[in-house]
Amino acid sequence: MSIPATRPAIEVAGLRKSYRSKAGSQVVLDGVDLVVPAGTVTALLGPNGAGKTTAVGVLSTLLRADEGTARVAGHDVAREADAVRASIGVTGQITAVDDLLSGAENLRLMADLHHLGRAAGRQRVAELLERFGLTDAADKPVATYSGGMKRKLDLAMTLVGTPSVVFLDEPTTGLDPRSRRTLWDEVRALVADGTTILLTTQYLEEADQLADSVAVLHGGRIVAEGTPAELKAVHAAGSLDDVFLALTEPPAGPETDPRTETDEETVR
Amino acid sequence: MTAITVTAPARAGGKPLADVRTMFRRNLLRAVRYPGLTLFVVVGPLVMLLLFVYIFGGAFGAGVAPGVAPGAEGRAAYLTYITPSLLVLTVVGAGQSIAISAAMDAAGGIMARFKTMAISPGSALSGQVLGTVVQSIAALVLVLGAAVAIGYRPQADAVDWLALLGVLLLLAVAISWLCVALGLNARSVETASNAPLILLLLPFLGSGFVPVETMPGPVRWFAEHQPFTPIIDTVRGLLAGGVGLDGATVAKAVVWCVLIGVAGYLWARSLYRRERRV
Repeated sequence: MSIPATRPAIEVAGLRKSYRSKAGSQVVLDGVDLVVPAGTVTALLGPNGAGKTTAVGVLSTLLRADEGTARVAGHDVAREADAVRASIGVTGQITAVDDLLSGAENLRLMADLHHLGRAAGRQRVAELLERFGLTDAADKPVATYSGGMKRKLDLAMTLVGTPSVVFLDEPTTGLDPRSRRTLWDEVRALVADGTTILLTTQYLEEADQLADSVAVLHGGRIVAEGTPAELKAVHAAGSLDDVFLALTEPPAGPETDPRTETDEETVR
Repeated sequence: MTAITVTAPARAGGKPLADVRTMFRRNLLRAVRYPGLTLFVVVGPLVMLLLFVYIFGGAFGAGVAPGVAPGAEGRAAYLTYITPSLLVLTVVGAGQSIAISAAMDAAGGIMARFKTMAISPGSALSGQVLGTVVQSIAALVLVLGAAVAIGYRPQADAVDWLALLGVLLLLAVAISWLCVALGLNARSVETASNAPLILLLLPFLGSGFVPVETMPGPVRWFAEHQPFTPIIDTVRGLLAGGVGLDGATVAKAVVWCVLIGVAGYLWARSLYRRERRV
């Protein structure tokens, strides 16, 4: 399923989502609009609780939006969920690997679920192990892997089906600088191959390094959008850090938005 | 390799059997890699077998001997009486292990990963159920073998054995679906095995270890009407070569298993589809 170059890989309009619980309704996405052109990296930047993970959840068909539309790889996430799933790869915040299996077995599981066939599956697994430097650890149980290795395996599993759109939800959180660099290199290689990437991060340097475009999510809304350079220029700021702090400052007084107080990303 | 030339993987639902087989293989592989959980399924009933036969058997046997194993006495009679119950308990114990693995999948990211992939939607859970059923059968063979080794002698003929296999398979499928749901419903991996514990108690509150006729009024009423009594009576009757087994009991056992299985399946399916807050 190819995406025409003219068609954005991700189109989001008026996306709303709230969570209902005994404590009442909590708005997490409050009318998000976003366009990610095919073959580019967009970083969704925002403080904890801004709704980044929820946005990725809706776009990756895990969550249903209350209102608005979202199309990924040309398909509506609500009505054509299977077509969306066939085009995407998701690396969520929680590392999604089977700790009891080996790295190679995890990848083979993915190859089988993508119906790659025996020979093509084996080849793909070997290729990804090599690419992520996991060949030596291929047959060891994942439980013995370091955090960085698990994260690399996680991303490799996401790529087994050669997705055209990849979601990376805080992919480098908790990684040491070297592992972070390795993942960055992988992201760049993916983009060079034409993959579209939506990345969420709290690290401004990460957005600065990788993203063609940055969207700042705050209180459930996109409060700023542009290239890292544009954002810095508009806000007369020396770094994205300054832009981020200026944009995501909690409003003062009785207007204080409860959404910014909740640590959505850490709720499990 | 560019986005323009990349072909999408096969569409979802296209190969449900292949997906179930893949998930089944994953489940067996996990069982091999983490034998503790599987071992627990076998060791529990084995310990109970030895405990009940060698410690309680001498005394309890006198109470069950007349109806169950005419001619046999004491310990031997009790072994004959409880072996079928322990087979049923073995199947229920395997349910605990599936509840724990379902909770592990839900707590880790892997279930979310499966849900974002274009795979047959039921395959993750049915592969697990299938794996647990196979583990249950293996555990049943071991427990039955141990009972035979300490002197148990089933009287079943070929037809009885086939019927027995059918009933135990049905029970294993039903308990597995119910326990998958209990595992998905648990708040954490640590609490996932709590709910199935109640299921382990039920054979004791039925015809599992003493005849229900010996129980006081309300308990007896419960024992006579709960699912495990006809299930255990059916297994016991078939192993005894059909002695004292009537059609109504078998029918009740089958209906209970089907009810538990269907309810467990529907519950598990809705829990799997439920939005999990991220």
